[in-house]
Amino acid sequence: MIELFYWEGCPSHPEAKSLIEQILAELGRDDEIVMTEVTSDEEAERLRFPGSPTICVDGRDVDPVGANSRPALTCRIYHLPDGRVSPIPSRDQLEAALR
Amino acid sequence: MSIELGTEAPFFELPGVDGYDHSLDEYGDAKLLVLVQSCNHCPYVQAWEDRLMAIARDHAHEGVRVVALNSNDVSSHPEDSFEQMKARAEKRGFPFDYLFDEDQSLAHALGAEHTPEVFLFDEERKLRYHGAIDDSRDETTVTKSYLRDAIDALLAGDEPPLAQTDAVGCTVKWK
Repeated sequence: MIELFYWEGCPSHPEAKSLIEQILAELGRDDEIVMTEVTSDEEAERLRFPGSPTICVDGRDVDPVGANSRPALTCRIYHLPDGRVSPIPSRDQLEAALR
Repeated sequence: MSIELGTEAPFFELPGVDGYDHSLDEYGDAKLLVLVQSCNHCPYVQAWEDRLMAIARDHAHEGVRVVALNSNDVSSHPEDSFEQMKARAEKRGFPFDYLFDEDQSLAHALGAEHTPEVFLFDEERKLRYHGAIDDSRDETTVTKSYLRDAIDALLAGDEPPLAQTDAVGCTVKWK
């Protein structure tokens, strides 16, 4: 099960969804991506939502390191292998989680 | 809604991370003034940060001043507090002033909506370019350097090739 938790105040979730769809297509899969909008701090707290987008595959965060950040309605920060900051996970990170 | 091209820069006097207050008048001798709506926490700001620092350094000798401002509500985003701003500026070695717009008056006056969002003013402090720093948050895929091109054009006495682009990034966190 692929879940994408997002907050509308951050513009990165469409790009993340599109990258997941691209990878799934390359893998020859047509899994559904379950989209869940997080709309309040209370909801962020309850879902342990560390920022938008948060992507879980079979309940596991694709970026376990960032999963423990303070729950908040915010844009989530990902770190690419070369050290650069990105608003979405790297392709490698997503591929590894989806395989 | 952001201010229109040709509009004069709004007056401001705000505390900077260097411990001093900075006003619009203080930058009066700059040929060009780049105000950048910014913050600490946003991954889009962080993704563009090195490029903004490079622009500030590369054009400093030509009289171009870059000034970043953070107007975010720190109650919802404590990473954007004044103390955290000071820490980030020191850690990254910002070559530009980083100002705290705590009451959000400058962000409102500019009509800023995103971080990062650029407002480039000419020598008469009229807005000549507004929008993104360049066309990709991923520096390896940049094809158009909007802000650099606008600066180069204005310094050469020409019109910016593009005067308005869409600023992509986080939203300003209003109180």
